[in-house]
Amino acid sequence: MTARMEQRFADVAAEGRPVLVTYFMGGDPDFDTSLAIMKALQQAGADIIELGVPFSDPMADGPAIQLAGQRALKAGQTLAKTLELARRFRADDQRTPIVLMGYYNPIYIYGVERFLTDALEAGVDGMIVVDLPPEMDDELCIPALAKGISFIRLATPTTDDRRLPKVLENTSGFVYYVSMTGITGSALPDTSLIAGAVARIKAHTSLPVCVGFGVKTADHARAIGATADGVVVGTAIVNQIASSLTEEGRATEATVPGVEALVRGLAAGVRAARLAAAE
Amino acid sequence: MNQPPKPNSFRSGPDEEGRFGIFGGRFVAETLMPLILDLQDEWARAKNDPAFKAELENLGRHYIGRPSPLYFAERLTAELGGAKIYFKREELNHTGSHKINNCIGQILLAKRMGKTRIIAETGAGQHGVASATVAARFGLPCVVYMGATDVERQAPNVFRMKLLGAEVKPVTAGHGTLKDAMNEALRDWVTNVDSTYYLIGTAAGPHPYPEMVRDFQAVIGEEAKQQMLEAEGRLPDLVVAAVGGGSNAIGIFHPFLDDEGVRIVGVEAGGKGLDGDEHCASLTAGSPGVLHGNRTYLLQDGDGQIKEGHSISAGLDYPGIGPEHAWLNDIGRVEYVPIMDHEALEAFQILTRLEGIIPALEPSHALAEVIKRAPKMGKDEIILMNLSGRGDKDIFTVGKILGMGQ
Repeated sequence: MTARMEQRFADVAAEGRPVLVTYFMGGDPDFDTSLAIMKALQQAGADIIELGVPFSDPMADGPAIQLAGQRALKAGQTLAKTLELARRFRADDQRTPIVLMGYYNPIYIYGVERFLTDALEAGVDGMIVVDLPPEMDDELCIPALAKGISFIRLATPTTDDRRLPKVLENTSGFVYYVSMTGITGSALPDTSLIAGAVARIKAHTSLPVCVGFGVKTADHARAIGATADGVVVGTAIVNQIASSLTEEGRATEATVPGVEALVRGLAAGVRAARLAAAE
Repeated sequence: MNQPPKPNSFRSGPDEEGRFGIFGGRFVAETLMPLILDLQDEWARAKNDPAFKAELENLGRHYIGRPSPLYFAERLTAELGGAKIYFKREELNHTGSHKINNCIGQILLAKRMGKTRIIAETGAGQHGVASATVAARFGLPCVVYMGATDVERQAPNVFRMKLLGAEVKPVTAGHGTLKDAMNEALRDWVTNVDSTYYLIGTAAGPHPYPEMVRDFQAVIGEEAKQQMLEAEGRLPDLVVAAVGGGSNAIGIFHPFLDDEGVRIVGVEAGGKGLDGDEHCASLTAGSPGVLHGNRTYLLQDGDGQIKEGHSISAGLDYPGIGPEHAWLNDIGRVEYVPIMDHEALEAFQILTRLEGIIPALEPSHALAEVIKRAPKMGKDEIILMNLSGRGDKDIFTVGKILGMGQ
């Protein structure tokens, strides 16, 4: 795990609240706007930033993130440019962890060693690669860990107690609990079920557990944050961006402020989470 | 790239991780992993269970109509003036193609696993029809994902699926072809993993699908081998099949892989030519990458984004290929060649007029290669071709291109 990631979890824990992890798609709707969005996320109170890497065939994503990826690719986004986004953000902010999220093929084509070297140099702290389960750890997970970059794994409702140790074995940074079986952007399930699942995972690991898939509002963030170490919000942010664009998919004056306002609300939600739990 | 070492047998793959050399594997979301491992266990049990084998054979004989005939194409052979041409008549199977062989096998597995809902992806609609058929036969609801472009160009099959009680969901993402349908099926599966069995139609996807689909389709090659020995007293000199994802091809190739004297050729969709992007020749013009659960040859750009490809044949319109074909290509056991749209169309017409068989556009690609090679071979040589599907579904597409109108 990078020192930056460790420090961030420690600092936030000292504040007695869960972390807010925000996802957006790199390059959506264009490179410059997405850099401004990335900075706005941090300013609005995001603790960790998940930077989406667009892929032509996002098999685990719902329509919102599929479209965001298509907009980014159409605007010329590549893995190299996504690393450049991280580098530009890092020049101004040395404290907010950046986690790349995407699919394996662009990384495989870029070249695993070259990618890890460039990602580390760009200030990337971790990665989530949706289509690399533990059975495929030799591909990227083990080389990433050797370089000191976290490989954050998804645990899902289908990850039973028998399988959980295997999923957690090479996971570092944090565990991302996917609150349901499904694609990104679906409805949030019962929060009491989530509390049970988080407790089950925490019985197997000392890593922080962040919960995502279906978290859309400050109320959701507060409810989930009452039991989890962190809350991940993705589709709601991507939808906010999409709703601000012109018909041709171009950014408007409302794009960046809209994201900032949404994330301020979410940040207030996670700050109220433990107070709510204590009531 | 170094040439991988030659194995003792070409038929021993995949390894326990589902790998054929560097190809194959299990590149899927964690949500699907437990299910894929369950499927692997169930498949391992089923293939050693005599009752499963017996049920498969029984349905093969009485429901599909196996064994399919081996047919000597006398007039085509005379016309081309070279090697003797035999067709393995998979187009005579129930539902009109080889796809039913795999569907029967997998739905028996789905039943064993207690699954209550079937989903499938389809390109030409042949696999969709076969899936809808077995779902009807076994009383399970079935959803078929099909690219919107394909829904249009394979309208007769869409109608058949609906009659059989399946729900056909058109997919508008991308070019609206097989790749997009597969993405959408995977999204459905990841959402409904507890109840749903994903009946993959080709020898691709995460392990154990490539192996399992191959084993269900290998009946084609096993029968053909036996039938050829009965007809000619020897094995063929050349085996030819069309390759999209590659299930009909691996089905007929696999039993011949260790027969040294048998040359094997897979025919990819060359579309409008390999110079631009309008083809689906992933082995001839692609490079290794990871998509839809496996590492294989893909049509992709320098950033690892998958290209759309093009083929006149919806069943070959896929930018990837089964991982075992990728391995057989690299190791040099099978030769893969492209055939253009117009060559396939010409072959389609030749067979229709000379033999009174209307082939699907997919095996028309294999036939075009046979037409090229047969005249250069001796009259004592033998070609075996997999006639994997019938062309009823394609007559409107072909009629339009030929200006025959309606």
